[in-house]
Amino acid sequence: MTTKYRKQFSNALAQHEVRNNTENVINKLRKHRLAAFPDQAEWVNLRRHSTAIRVNAISKLPQLLEQLEINLQRNGIQVHWADTTEQANQTVLNIMRFHDARFVIKGKSMVSEEMGLNDFLNTHGIECLESDLGELIIQLAAEKPSHMIVPALHKNRKQIARLFHRQFPSIPYTEDISALAQAARRFLRHHFATAPVGLTGVNFMIAETGTLCLVENEGNGRMCSTAPPVHIAVSGIEKVVECLDDVPPLLGILTRSATGQPITTYVNMISSPRKPNEKDGPTAVHLILLDNGRSRIYSDPELRDTLNCIRCGACMNHCPIYKHIGGHAYQTVIPGPIGTILEPQKNGLDSYGELTQASTLCGACQEVCPVSIPIPKIINRLRWEHIRKNSYSTSGAGSGRRKTEAIIWKIWVWNCIHPGAYNRITSVATSMRRLTDRILAKISPWTTARAVPRLPDTTLHERLKALEIDNE
Amino acid sequence: MIKTESRMDFTRASAGPKPDTVYLFGTCLIDLLYPQAGVSAVHLFEREGVNVIFPQTQTCCGQPAWNSGYRDEALAVARAQLKLFPRPIPIIVPSASCAGMIKVHYPALFKDEPDEASVFDVVNRVYELTEFLTDILKVNLTDLGEPTTVAVHSSCTARREMNVADRIDSLLDQLQNVTRIEPDNAEECCGFGGTFAIKQPEISTAMVLEKAKAIENTGAQQLIGQDCGCLMNIGGALKKQDSQISHVHIAEFLWDRTHKAKP
Repeated sequence: MTTKYRKQFSNALAQHEVRNNTENVINKLRKHRLAAFPDQAEWVNLRRHSTAIRVNAISKLPQLLEQLEINLQRNGIQVHWADTTEQANQTVLNIMRFHDARFVIKGKSMVSEEMGLNDFLNTHGIECLESDLGELIIQLAAEKPSHMIVPALHKNRKQIARLFHRQFPSIPYTEDISALAQAARRFLRHHFATAPVGLTGVNFMIAETGTLCLVENEGNGRMCSTAPPVHIAVSGIEKVVECLDDVPPLLGILTRSATGQPITTYVNMISSPRKPNEKDGPTAVHLILLDNGRSRIYSDPELRDTLNCIRCGACMNHCPIYKHIGGHAYQTVIPGPIGTILEPQKNGLDSYGELTQASTLCGACQEVCPVSIPIPKIINRLRWEHIRKNSYSTSGAGSGRRKTEAIIWKIWVWNCIHPGAYNRITSVATSMRRLTDRILAKISPWTTARAVPRLPDTTLHERLKALEIDNE
Repeated sequence: MIKTESRMDFTRASAGPKPDTVYLFGTCLIDLLYPQAGVSAVHLFEREGVNVIFPQTQTCCGQPAWNSGYRDEALAVARAQLKLFPRPIPIIVPSASCAGMIKVHYPALFKDEPDEASVFDVVNRVYELTEFLTDILKVNLTDLGEPTTVAVHSSCTARREMNVADRIDSLLDQLQNVTRIEPDNAEECCGFGGTFAIKQPEISTAMVLEKAKAIENTGAQQLIGQDCGCLMNIGGALKKQDSQISHVHIAEFLWDRTHKAKP
């Protein structure tokens, strides 16, 4: 049966240029990460510490969010809660309208991707401009990000050069990376200076102090959050941490896991709007806290670990599936292993359950995860919910159950719990191996790339019986 | 490569006295497709003075159903295996994948079941074959074979679930005439993944072709592994491409090179 996703994956596998671009970038990111953790013991300790910080924060999620809201408000930051992406979008729109703003300049934010914010604002006559270089490339190409950290990693330099030349005809064609970056910089500068509203994501929200922490490398995040008179930050509710002391270890492991950097070029600690005696900074700062299914994930003790994620992207950089199919094939906001567990939980197993099949459970993702998310275990759990007869905690549970598959498993069980039958069947299969080989040759998905496995003339059971090996 | 942080504490009394009898859990894949790997394991143990019990009523560990989300089905099959190993002696599994199923996943599978407690008795006695040969039997191997080169593929479960991937290397390194070559991207999955190869054959194919190429590039004469699923997958791809590289399970390779054929 060729399903929606299998077709999508096949198409992705046929895109050789995208595959090469993706592989080139993630190979570099793997090398950088490896070089960033030269000391195994330090990695183990830092990871343990970071995991503990995230587990602690998520375990106290409701209390920390309340504390966060109180402290943010005390600092003069306005807090808005959104159950759904529709509510979050509407809140952004209301703020824009309140300030009579028709243009917003954006820093990189996966939550705004989750909201589909740009499309929403466009339909309401508001123009959005992405200022992160990767996001700008994606916006100019009218595509979606293919990676959490490196949104345009599926494009190579030549493709970007052609794109820029089309979009900025006044700039001469160049494949020089710094010239391309300069072109984007010049284009953006004017908009930073004139935009009435800047919008960014958030990396950590500190409950104890009411501070928003935002890391970035291009300075565009700082521009978006300081130059325009209004700053709107959007964040998932899970980004909260308990105290300021929790931030340095998380920052250190986040940037090293993501790009191998000891720290990003810019670390922004946003603690309030402009104060009366200050000369710069936005006069209003808003934080929109988006739930969109996260509370439901929180309510299950096993699935809850999904929320520990600090969005470093290491799992996708090390995933052989992601390497081959690229980010777009997932058809989700967040691709890769973390997307494989997060998106079906947020959007339902009925539409995204098949994604859980896109894993060999090889464990490479969990091995590099800075906060030890047991991704293979959660994939296994979601596969179970996908085919379960009675619905369970995730929406769309049971939607993947197929009668024929269930019957095949029933037969398999019967065979495996009746050793007499099992031994007769395996014995017949091997003794009639000429025939079985021919049947096996017909299993086309296996044999398109592989020779048919040759059955031996007798089974292990038979051989060890012949050698008179003890039976009990 | 950054080494795995162990999910479980595997630091058993790693020495302990050498057992005089062990159980062999042969695995269904070896039973049906690679029986000589199981026979070779028995020979290797017997040469060390270890008697082998092979319960003839064993079938499958239940992993295919467990990984597919069919937990009730996996439980029924796993339960049928549990009672086959009553004596307090080690259970040796010539596959890291099946050993990992029992050791790592049985406790989750049997959670809150009436026989939950009995699972741990079995779980704590499970060893993957290369782990048992090195850590418990501490075998000393004498190579009787001609000079050869081999490429090793350690399974993902050997690397990241059982944490025993280095054992196959140290066993091979005992063989004087064997040169071991590590393929590129050795730590990356071969694309087998059990039912994954059937459910997502296109991605699986892309993965195994890349893996087969890396093995081919080593120029080795044989591909050695501790898991027959990976061997069947990569070996099948090599054979389809008319590669000269044959594949063989570590137990069979070790036995073939270290015993004198009877005249």
